[in-house]
Amino acid sequence: MLACCVAAAAAAGEWVPLEKDGVHDPASPAIRMLQQPAEALSKLPPDTAGNMVRWVEALEKGVINPRTNIRPETKVEILDGDILMNLNGSMPVVRFPHRAHTLWLDCKNCHEHLFKSKIGANKLSMLRILEGEQCGLCHGAVSFPLTECARCHSVSRNLQPAVSGAVVPLGPDGNPVGAPPASKR
Amino acid sequence: MTKAGFTIKAGAGLVVLALCLGAPPAAGEYGDVVINKRAEQEGMRPVVFPHWFHRIRFRCKVCHHELGFKMRAGANDVLMTDIIDGKFCGMCHNDDVAWGIDRCDLCHSGKPGLPSGIYGSHSTSGPGRW
Repeated sequence: MLACCVAAAAAAGEWVPLEKDGVHDPASPAIRMLQQPAEALSKLPPDTAGNMVRWVEALEKGVINPRTNIRPETKVEILDGDILMNLNGSMPVVRFPHRAHTLWLDCKNCHEHLFKSKIGANKLSMLRILEGEQCGLCHGAVSFPLTECARCHSVSRNLQPAVSGAVVPLGPDGNPVGAPPASKR
Repeated sequence: MTKAGFTIKAGAGLVVLALCLGAPPAAGEYGDVVINKRAEQEGMRPVVFPHWFHRIRFRCKVCHHELGFKMRAGANDVLMTDIIDGKFCGMCHNDDVAWGIDRCDLCHSGKPGLPSGIYGSHSTSGPGRW
């Protein structure tokens, strides 16, 4: 029984080989030629959900350096600016980091058809996100799944800025610059 | 036995039980896309597109901005003739950046009968339409 527990615990962090993943045809000649997920993903910073890989960390640490463009004339833009989404729920405030998103994506992937580039102009709904719309177009499909609430709902309500939805530069501690230190609150 | 130890063993027992109750459904790695709009009708295996493999090598913006792939699975109508003309997958799968279109089996590697869609991504079990 103990050995069984150990095996189950070990299996939780592993990747299913292509021939057993249920989407590849085990009889396909590709099986012995394609890269196996475990071979590539086990070398990247580990996670507990999705591909079991911290993709942004892998990029930031230089463990991977995926190409930013194919055409030399393509302008590669990175935007460094966080948006706090001060929704009136009971969950912690959402901090949307533009940098992590633009490291991977182009501005036009989200603007203006998914999200307007204007503070307060976007009505976000967790239900629509769960339906695969808005943030849910990627989160829950390819980027970290919607089970990871606290990765977006990450800022304590006690630290929220006076202006709803303001773009607020954050300090190294992840809290808005200018917020009183924890000891003074 | 501690309470935590019992919970872990009970959980492991459930996993073993689930594994014994028949073959698991098509799962795939998180973000795998099966493309079978035409493949099987044309006598080929469905295509499996692994997001994980591609994002190690390319940022999302390369395919979803430069190459014009819409981000909704199923929203892209890609013909083999487009790929041969250097569009969509053919921007890289041209024997230059990546393997060329003569390596049919490497992309057309899916299990026959699988419907198109994004696999390995239903972690929320929500009402999503992925």
